[in-house]
Amino acid sequence: TTTGLILFFQSGRPLGAGVRLGLGLRMNRTKGDEEEYWNSSKFKAFTFDDEDDELSQLKESKRAVNSLRDFVDDDDDDDLERVSWSGEAVGSISWSIRETAGNSGSTHEGREQLKSRNSFSSYAQLPKPTSTYSLSSFFRGRTRPGSFQSLSDALSDTPAKSYAPELGRPKGEYRDYSNDWSPSDTVRRLRKGKVCSLERFRSLQDKLQLLEEAVSMHDGNVITAVLIFLKRTLSKDILFRELEVRQVALRHLIHFLKEIGDQKLLLDLFRFLDRTEELALSHYREHLNIQDPDKRKEFLKTCVGLPFSAEDSAHIQDHYTLLERQIIIEANDRHLESAGQTEIFRKHPRKASILNMPLVTTLFYSCFYHYTEAEGTFSSPVNLKKTFKIPDKQYVLTALAARAKLRAWNDVDALFTTKNWLGYTKKRAPIGFHRVVEILHKNNAPVQILQEYVNLVEDVDTKLNLATKFKCHDVVIDTYRDLKDRQQLLAYRSKVDKGSAEEEKIDALLSSSQIRWKN
Amino acid sequence: MAAHLSYGRVNLNVLREAVRRELREFLDKCAGSKAIVWDEYLTGPFGLIAQYSLLKEHEVEKMFTLKGNRLPAADVKNIIFFVRPRLELMDIIAENVLSEDRRGPTRDFHILFVPRRSLLCEQRLKDLGVLGSFIHREEYSLDLIPFDGDLLSMESEGAFKECYLEGDQTSLYHAAKGLMTLQALYGTIPQIFGKGECARQVANMMIRMKREFTGSQNSIFPVFDNLLLLDRNVDLLTPLATQLTYEGLIDEIYGIQNSYVKLPPEKFAPKKQGDGGKDLPTEAKKLQLNSAEELYAEIRDKNFNAVGSVLSKKAKIISAAFEERHNAKTVGEIKQFVSQLPHMQAARGSLANHTSIAELIKDVTTSEDFFDKLTVEQEFMSGIDTDKPGNIARPCLYKKNTKIYQTYGYEHILTLHNLEKAGLLKPQTGGRNNYPTIRKTLRLWMDDVNEQNPTDISYVYSGYAPLSVRLAQLLSRPGWRSIEEVLRILPGPHFEERQPLPTGLQKKRQPGENRVTLIFFLGGVTFAEIAALRFLSQLEDGGTEYVIATTKLMNGTSWIEALMEKPF
Repeated sequence: TTTGLILFFQSGRPLGAGVRLGLGLRMNRTKGDEEEYWNSSKFKAFTFDDEDDELSQLKESKRAVNSLRDFVDDDDDDDLERVSWSGEAVGSISWSIRETAGNSGSTHEGREQLKSRNSFSSYAQLPKPTSTYSLSSFFRGRTRPGSFQSLSDALSDTPAKSYAPELGRPKGEYRDYSNDWSPSDTVRRLRKGKVCSLERFRSLQDKLQLLEEAVSMHDGNVITAVLIFLKRTLSKDILFRELEVRQVALRHLIHFLKEIGDQKLLLDLFRFLDRTEELALSHYREHLNIQDPDKRKEFLKTCVGLPFSAEDSAHIQDHYTLLERQIIIEANDRHLESAGQTEIFRKHPRKASILNMPLVTTLFYSCFYHYTEAEGTFSSPVNLKKTFKIPDKQYVLTALAARAKLRAWNDVDALFTTKNWLGYTKKRAPIGFHRVVEILHKNNAPVQILQEYVNLVEDVDTKLNLATKFKCHDVVIDTYRDLKDRQQLLAYRSKVDKGSAEEEKIDALLSSSQIRWKN
Repeated sequence: MAAHLSYGRVNLNVLREAVRRELREFLDKCAGSKAIVWDEYLTGPFGLIAQYSLLKEHEVEKMFTLKGNRLPAADVKNIIFFVRPRLELMDIIAENVLSEDRRGPTRDFHILFVPRRSLLCEQRLKDLGVLGSFIHREEYSLDLIPFDGDLLSMESEGAFKECYLEGDQTSLYHAAKGLMTLQALYGTIPQIFGKGECARQVANMMIRMKREFTGSQNSIFPVFDNLLLLDRNVDLLTPLATQLTYEGLIDEIYGIQNSYVKLPPEKFAPKKQGDGGKDLPTEAKKLQLNSAEELYAEIRDKNFNAVGSVLSKKAKIISAAFEERHNAKTVGEIKQFVSQLPHMQAARGSLANHTSIAELIKDVTTSEDFFDKLTVEQEFMSGIDTDKPGNIARPCLYKKNTKIYQTYGYEHILTLHNLEKAGLLKPQTGGRNNYPTIRKTLRLWMDDVNEQNPTDISYVYSGYAPLSVRLAQLLSRPGWRSIEEVLRILPGPHFEERQPLPTGLQKKRQPGENRVTLIFFLGGVTFAEIAALRFLSQLEDGGTEYVIATTKLMNGTSWIEALMEKPF
């Protein structure tokens, strides 16, 4: 596996085999393995010409394809593939909508770009079409109070005339209009989308039989139609009582109420069923619909103290406190920014409002714009840390990222400096200095800065690894010197620029008689 | 047109033709010139069954997307709305119709609900005072849409959430209806197997529906030997793993919608001499991905690690083919070369596209983040940390939640509750962790995987064999009786039903002839699982070929996003 291992490091990371090897490496990372890698001479000799390397294969096909371009005229490309540049195959439906309608129909692009910031996904966004089929989707949209109350009209005799004759359907299907259909006949007709009166089911027993028929058909459209009829014609208590012993219908009703946003009845239902946590969550969910920050804040206040689980309770309280904070910070900073007197806002105008951002984002923002503020202000990072009990590690990570982005290296330095009681300073990083280095590198820190922190990495192997990766030559050279590893130092000589100070340094070390090399 | 649908063991063009016929019949009911107003979501699925030319043949002259206010001007006799039965769309339609009424000359309005009519929507139209304006109100039951020669999908994104979270079985009802349509076209399926609560429900609905239709005896010789219904919640793990097949990775990274993918345009910029890099396209490059493209059919199900070598081999072949022109001396030879040119150019275009896509993917798969994610996944699935009893203690879970809320927002309290309810997250309250048993019995982790020339389905995740597909594999051979114990651990009942056939329709299989199994994933399926099933279909001595159906083609990301709470 030696070659495989090296291949894995060198060519980036080939999938699969590489990953598995990489995994193997992580799983039983032994000193031997790593040394083998770092000592291996093949490391250098590896080139992209290797037949097994995928990247080189891709490059090769790319080359071949490109060379053909000289020969093949690109102009008839579209004819061949029958695909217009912007997308659809020529003649496809979406293409034709654009073609036949002129300039209409381009709004969906924008909608797709409206990526939810809540997304857990780390890669590309996905367009989000909403549900097509299910009944529940029928109810979405503007809620019109009362409009469902009249549903039974549709199911009763009255609109029969206004329904246009259904051409193309066998006459028999609408010829019959009878008043003595059984519940199962009625349900079957409803299922076919036909007009059918429910009003004649007057007794509770009839109504329940109707419901049971509908449930046994599993067709949500019909179940919900019957439920709406029951909802209108039964008292709340009876409805709830009967549904409590009919779980399928109950779930449909809950889903229906959620979709049309009949929050009041939903909460009554949960109260009746004594499902207090669901009651609380369902109430809390409503805040998603409130755009105005102040109103949302007030609403969240009403959620505090509801019967959530113990852990959720604490989070709900934090949610409220956070938004309250953000509203204050936002008002203040918007003012500062528009006044144009504050340097940080002039140099780095805000890209978006901080309202409704997650806590960590808020902390980042505060470390970016309000780092030096005293603990007493709402916008100071330390205040946020205390109020929300942000763990040390999280705090340091966030502050580091923010200050590194501003290239405020002194702040970065201070972040890791601790003084003991004798007044000596000591460097300490709760997140480990290897992560500090990675973050600094991501923020394009200069080599001198990187070097300083690479040197603070305790584990020698990790230190060498990072130093090599980020070209901190001095660290590499000094470490090999300390390890008295002449061979590695010699090998490293070929990696530094010819005639550079580093090369001189290596040469000086190699010719030094002071060092007792181990090899 | 859609020849690729007929390459498989079962000719899915028959289904496509059937739905096309239904569409034509509806269009012809509205005599005269027409304009179609589209619910935009439907254009994707419709694109898979019809092109504009079909509509044009039936006098569709204009097409618009459904939008508020007035309709764009169109000098046509009929205006037809193609919409999903959703209330907010009814409001827009009403707005359109009312403003049109004011405009003057009357048109005929029609409405086509896809996949079905809804009393509630019609009620809404009535409330808005426009119901009487529609001459035809019909439904178009596009339940299962053919995606490829062996693939059908309902493209119902909400199905999983509705079935497993809300307890709304409407999408199961549609699945059963879709299966009835399939049986009407391809004959009664004699044997039904299933695992899971929803699978049981669908089977019950099918049996019930069949009883209701006893009037007409199905006289079509059965194409499918059996049907396997699988609940997604029997295997919640697989969709969360990163797919490592070519198609799977395209979907993970860019998202495939209705067999189209949108890619960053830079890599596809046409290179012309003296162009100086101006006019770089800014609009995403959209490509269709299906087996109609020879090269794609060859590489899509391969582990990404095996794609590079195929592409480079193809490049050599094509280069050589183009070089042939130097050898063409006689008029006959030149003529023959020229006659091959279109095919060669298509192959070259296809190769160029996939080389670019592979490069884009490579950028992601070689990144640190991707590697870390995969390492965690693989450690988890191989059972390195998870075999210890009581692996995740309660306080630990609590801390994790807090971290998630602090990083992503407190509103995800709702998301995590949903995930827990759907069974994706389990608070570890001292319960037994069954995964090690399941993993060992079903051999879900394979240490020796050959990604280039796979010998087992585990190649699709470079080590992890998808549980769902393993169940299908074991059902076909040696049968589920061998894994009764594991089946009992997994949620929901497992069952077998027979649908008796008249003697004339009973199949006598030739020796060596493969069985055809229709496997229906209730709640969604990933491209990697599809790849694994195709791998099984192609095995020489496999004995079973699969046709795959699902409520939705999905991946971990789209799945979790569908489980998040959104504003009403």
